[in-house]
Amino acid sequence: MSGAQESTTHPAQRIQYAFTEEQEQFRAALRRFLDDKSPPSEVRRLMETEPGYDPAVWRQMSQELALPAIHLPHQYGGSGFGMVELGIVMEELGRALLCAPYFSTAVMAANAILNAGSEQQKAALLPDIASGEHLATLAVAELGGDWDPHAIQLRATPAGDGFLLDGVKSYVLDGHVSDLLIVAARTAEAADGLGLFVLPADTRGLTRRLLKSMDATRKIARIDFKGAQAQLLGSVGAGANALARTLDQAAIALANEMVGGAQKLLDSAVNYAKMRVQFGRPIGSFQAIKHKLADMLLDVELARSTAYYAAQAAAVEDPEWPALACMAKAAASEAYLRTAIDCIQIHGGIGFTWDNDTHLWFKRAKSSEVFLGMPDYHRELLMQRWRV
Amino acid sequence: MSELSEAEVRDEVRTWLKANWDPNLPLLEWRNKLADSGWGMPHWPREWYGRGLPPGLVRVVEEEFAAVGAVGVLRGGIGRLAAATLLEHGTEFQKRKFLRRIITAEDTWCQLFSEPGSGSDLAGATTRADFDGTNWIINGQKVWTTSAHHAKYGTLLARTDWDAPKHEGLSYFIIDLKQPGVEVKPLRQMNGHASFNQVFFTDAKVPPEYLVSRVGNGWQVAVTTLAHERRFADGLAAPTRRGPRTGRIYDEERAELATVMEPYKWYPQRAGRVDLVIERARETGANQDPRVRQEIAKLMTLAKAAEWTSRRARAAQRRGRPQGPEGSLGKLAASHVARSAARVHTLITGTAAMLTGEDSPRNGVIAEILVSVPAVSIAGGTDEIQRNIIAERVLELPKEPRFDTGPFRNVRRN
Ligand SMILES: Cc1cc2nc3c(=O)[nH]c(=O)nc-3n(C[C@H](O)[C@H](O)[C@H](O)COP(=O)(O)OP(=O)(O)OC[C@H]3O[C@@H](n4cnc5c(N)ncnc54)[C@H](O)[C@@H]3O)c2cc1C
Repeated sequence: MSGAQESTTHPAQRIQYAFTEEQEQFRAALRRFLDDKSPPSEVRRLMETEPGYDPAVWRQMSQELALPAIHLPHQYGGSGFGMVELGIVMEELGRALLCAPYFSTAVMAANAILNAGSEQQKAALLPDIASGEHLATLAVAELGGDWDPHAIQLRATPAGDGFLLDGVKSYVLDGHVSDLLIVAARTAEAADGLGLFVLPADTRGLTRRLLKSMDATRKIARIDFKGAQAQLLGSVGAGANALARTLDQAAIALANEMVGGAQKLLDSAVNYAKMRVQFGRPIGSFQAIKHKLADMLLDVELARSTAYYAAQAAAVEDPEWPALACMAKAAASEAYLRTAIDCIQIHGGIGFTWDNDTHLWFKRAKSSEVFLGMPDYHRELLMQRWRV
Repeated sequence: MSELSEAEVRDEVRTWLKANWDPNLPLLEWRNKLADSGWGMPHWPREWYGRGLPPGLVRVVEEEFAAVGAVGVLRGGIGRLAAATLLEHGTEFQKRKFLRRIITAEDTWCQLFSEPGSGSDLAGATTRADFDGTNWIINGQKVWTTSAHHAKYGTLLARTDWDAPKHEGLSYFIIDLKQPGVEVKPLRQMNGHASFNQVFFTDAKVPPEYLVSRVGNGWQVAVTTLAHERRFADGLAAPTRRGPRTGRIYDEERAELATVMEPYKWYPQRAGRVDLVIERARETGANQDPRVRQEIAKLMTLAKAAEWTSRRARAAQRRGRPQGPEGSLGKLAASHVARSAARVHTLITGTAAMLTGEDSPRNGVIAEILVSVPAVSIAGGTDEIQRNIIAERVLELPKEPRFDTGPFRNVRRN
């Protein structure tokens, strides 16, 4: 397509419904890496540790595969790809249930810096994230667990050349191991009332506590701020938009992760149905099981379509993309949980045991369903964004 | 023949349309041009009125036709299924005799598969065909036959061997319906329309050159037809035509729609009319109700997801990739969309959903949705049969035990 033509077409016309050969090859290489590094035995080992990840694997992911850099621009040490490639990474991580601070660091924090930071801040902060040197996270929700930015209460008050943060954040992904915190806070200085602030995790005046998470593969922390010194990311008044954009990107990334997990569960249910014999025949020959599996496949494929489409739309900056982010998050989280429930059902009693791996993905499905907001919250947001 | 790129195809069709499209042509003359040039059925082979394009590029041609408002071949209708089947299994004689007139829509067709005793289980057909030395003589009954009341030809599945196992005793014929041995009786549907029929055969005649493929190979041929039918059911609409619709050709097309396409005029309603949902919510004020908003969002998500899933299937095809599971889900997804849409329309419409005809909102359209949607999950293979197919062919789950083996004569039936 010629450049001239491209500039006149609507972004939606540049949306691809199939991955390119390069993208498929990238996915295949990543899948081989994860099959090797994140078998269920490793997931089980790491989820019992406090940090919750293996620094050696993180180093390989960062240095050999450059995963935290994938969507970051070249000038900040990134690889210059976009939402589609990030979606591929998330899908594969979700499939393998990799225990690593990727979503927190590369998706939530890096995008927040990219969306809100000044040129200087981006140049200072992003290269260490791209290289995997620094772990980072974004703190949004508070004790009430509300993901609507209007609910943010943590206060930022000007002090010297920076701000002091006071309040409590909770449900902070990997907050206990992050080197760098990005905090969404309320400030009277900004017209939109919100700002994104950055501070090192060892700043005086903040305490972190690892919470017991039901999904042990995903660590969450509570962080108390008492006059902790922080810098505003970017300029006053741009916080709310940057936060909204960051959360929408996170929703798309999470939707893709969920699709990867759901497919894994479906595969496992299909395999079990072919193998398990009752009444002298494989249970997969019973129509009740067959039809359930066919419905699960449809469910997963429909969710996949929303997750892929939203990533494509974001990549080409189709103005629709924030609405589609909500759609994808709601669709994928419901499909994931349904698939998990049905996968347990198809496994029967063994599906309810700790030794069977299904519950690992079930719990990830549950935590992903509520993280960033429940499906009904996202559907309401979709309706608002469509001005219904 | 080397692979043409999307841009090359676009260029070619544009140039051809520029030179040939004229809204003042008689419809038949235009359709003949489509047959001669291959642009009517671009994925058909070159020697048979096509251009040999990969099916994935058909959309490009449709888009270019739509961009200038050009009329294409008849989009709905059984003729296409018959044609796809003949292209695969038909003889030279059959292709020459039938294909062109399907493109021009001079002949319309129907599909004589279902019988009172066998619908999902099509291979259980008991309509018989016996050879009398000159012709095949047909006796029996078909049912739910859409368009039989105006069709010239039908594709007929009939039993030619009662001692062979069920699937091996069938043969596939083309039958001329305009003959004394064929009686067509319209059947009224629950939505008041009568687009399908009962068809009775009493010593109806089929000449031997109308047998498609071999005697006893009818099931294999029918499977081809059904595979095409499922593929057409992916719910993707034609691109919207642009431009003013004035000119002789449009008048003739409207007349065609009013007759040949009459049986299908409720089909948009049976698909659920998702396009009306948000408008209706606004005009009734239901858009203020958080419960309704949730349901609308769910429906729109489902409808979009179904559309994108079909597009993914086509894009993979366009790239020459093996078909993934997404290619088999369109029909089942379309059923879900339609059913959810009917539910949401009811939620929006409230008590007025009790009304029909001009007393019902939108002059009866809403009522027609509610009483037409139940067809989607039955026609063209029920949802249950779709699930069987998905489970066994896509997920490769083991087949169920069978009770219909051995000579058909001894198989239990209705
Ligand atoms: C609007 C409309 C248009 C139609 N047009 C045509 C046409 O043009 N030509 C034509 O030949 N036919 C046509 N049909 C017929 C249609 O294909 C059949 O109605 C359909 O395949 C179901 O067959 P049946 O009605 O005999 O139901 P049955 O096969 O008796 O099914 C009854 C119920 O049993 C279930 N069932 C059956 N077998 C199984 C199984 N193996 N596993 C699980 N559940 C099962 C079905 O899903 C269904 O719920 C049309 C139907 C409709 C509604």
